[in-house]
Amino acid sequence: MAVTSGRGVRPQRPLSPHLQIYSPLINMVMSIFHRITGAALYLGSALLAWWLVAAASGPDAYNHFLSWCGNWFGELVLFGFTWVLMHHMVGGIRHLIWDTGYGYDLRSIDILSWGTLVASLSLTAIIWISVAMGAA
Amino acid sequence: MPAAFSMAGPRTFMVQLTLPKNSKISEGKTWNQPGRDGDWKEFRVYRWNPDDGRNPRIDTYHIDQKQCGPMVLDALIKIKNEIDPTLTFRRSCREGICGSCSMNIDGTNTLACLKGIEEVSGPVKIYPLPHMEVVKDLVPDLTNFYAQHRSIEPWLKTDTPTPPKEWRQSREDREKLDGLYECILCACCSASCPSYWWNSDRYLGPAILLQAYRWVNDSRDEATGERLDNLEDPFRLYRCHTIMNCAKACPKGLSPAKAIAELKKLMVERRV
Repeated sequence: MAVTSGRGVRPQRPLSPHLQIYSPLINMVMSIFHRITGAALYLGSALLAWWLVAAASGPDAYNHFLSWCGNWFGELVLFGFTWVLMHHMVGGIRHLIWDTGYGYDLRSIDILSWGTLVASLSLTAIIWISVAMGAA
Repeated sequence: MPAAFSMAGPRTFMVQLTLPKNSKISEGKTWNQPGRDGDWKEFRVYRWNPDDGRNPRIDTYHIDQKQCGPMVLDALIKIKNEIDPTLTFRRSCREGICGSCSMNIDGTNTLACLKGIEEVSGPVKIYPLPHMEVVKDLVPDLTNFYAQHRSIEPWLKTDTPTPPKEWRQSREDREKLDGLYECILCACCSASCPSYWWNSDRYLGPAILLQAYRWVNDSRDEATGERLDNLEDPFRLYRCHTIMNCAKACPKGLSPAKAIAELKKLMVERRV
C-alpha cells in the first residue's frame, strides 16, 4: 500500500469525469455546434474566396472551379457549407437575443436551442430546393 | 500556495477533452444482488480511494425502494449504513438548504437530497461534481471554488458611516435580491459549465458571478464600481459563453446565466 496519508506524499487526485458523463443537453450541444460551425466557416471562407478569384480570373479558372463543385462530392461540400453558414447565423441570432437579457427561463432556453437546429436545417433545405428548382 | 491550487500536468492551450490517465474509470465491484421481493433499484456509484493507489471505479449496489426513503440521498445513506460503510459523500441538512450533497446524478448536477429516485429511469448513475479534483469517492475539492468566492468580497462594502441601527432598505430594493440571495453555493452550476471546466483557474464560473451580481445589485452596497472593475476581465466574467447548463442545473431554480447577462449589461451601460 502506498504512503498516502498524514504528512506523506499525497496521491495525485483524479479529475472527475465531465463531458464523458454529462447529459447532452440541447443547449450545450447547440453551443458546441456553434463553435464547430464557426471554425468550419474559416474553411468555407476559403471556398468563397476561391469562387470569387476564379470568377475574376476568367472562364478557364471559373470552369476549373465548376468542375470541382459540379460533381457529387463538391455538391456535398457546398451543401455542408450552406448548413454550417445557416447554423452559425441562426446561432448568432440566438446569442443576440440572450445578450439583450431575454429568454433565460428554462422553457425559452429549450425553445431557442431546438429552434436554432430546426431553423438552420429548414433554411438549408429551402435554399437547396430553390437551387434545384431553378436549375430544372 | 496550497497544493490544491497546483494543476496536474503542464498548462496547454488546447482544451483536454479526455480524462488524464490517473482518472480513467474502470468497472468496480458489485456489492449485492437484488432480492426476489421488493422494488429494487440499481445504483452505479463512482469510487476513488486515495489510499489504495488504484484508478477510479464504478461500484454497483442494489437497494429495495420499499425499504428506502424517496431521495437519492436516502439511498446513499442506506448504502453507507447497511452495505458499504466506506462509501464517502458530503451531506448535512437533507432538505436542499445546506448545499453539501451536490453531485452528478443521472447526467446532471443536482442535490442528492432533492433528486427523487423515481425521477431516474434505469440504473442511477452517481458521480462527483464534474471536472473537479476528487478527494475521495463523491467528495470533490472545492478549495478553488471557495477562494473564488472570497475574491469577489461577498460582504457589504460601504463608505458612509455605519448607521446606529441597521442598514435600511426599501421593499422594492430588497426584492431586487430575490433569485440571488437563495443561492446556497452548492457549486452544481459552476461544475456544470464547460467554460468553467476548461478555465476554472481564471474564470469565476456561474455561482460566483451570481454572488457578485447579488452584491452589485444590493441597494446598500457602495462599491458597485469597484466590483464591476474587478470583473472587467477577459476571463473572470467574459468566459461565460451563454451555454446555459448553469440555469438547467441549479437545484434552487435560480438562473446564474441571467445574473451574468445582467452583469454584462451593466458593463456596457456604464461605458455609454
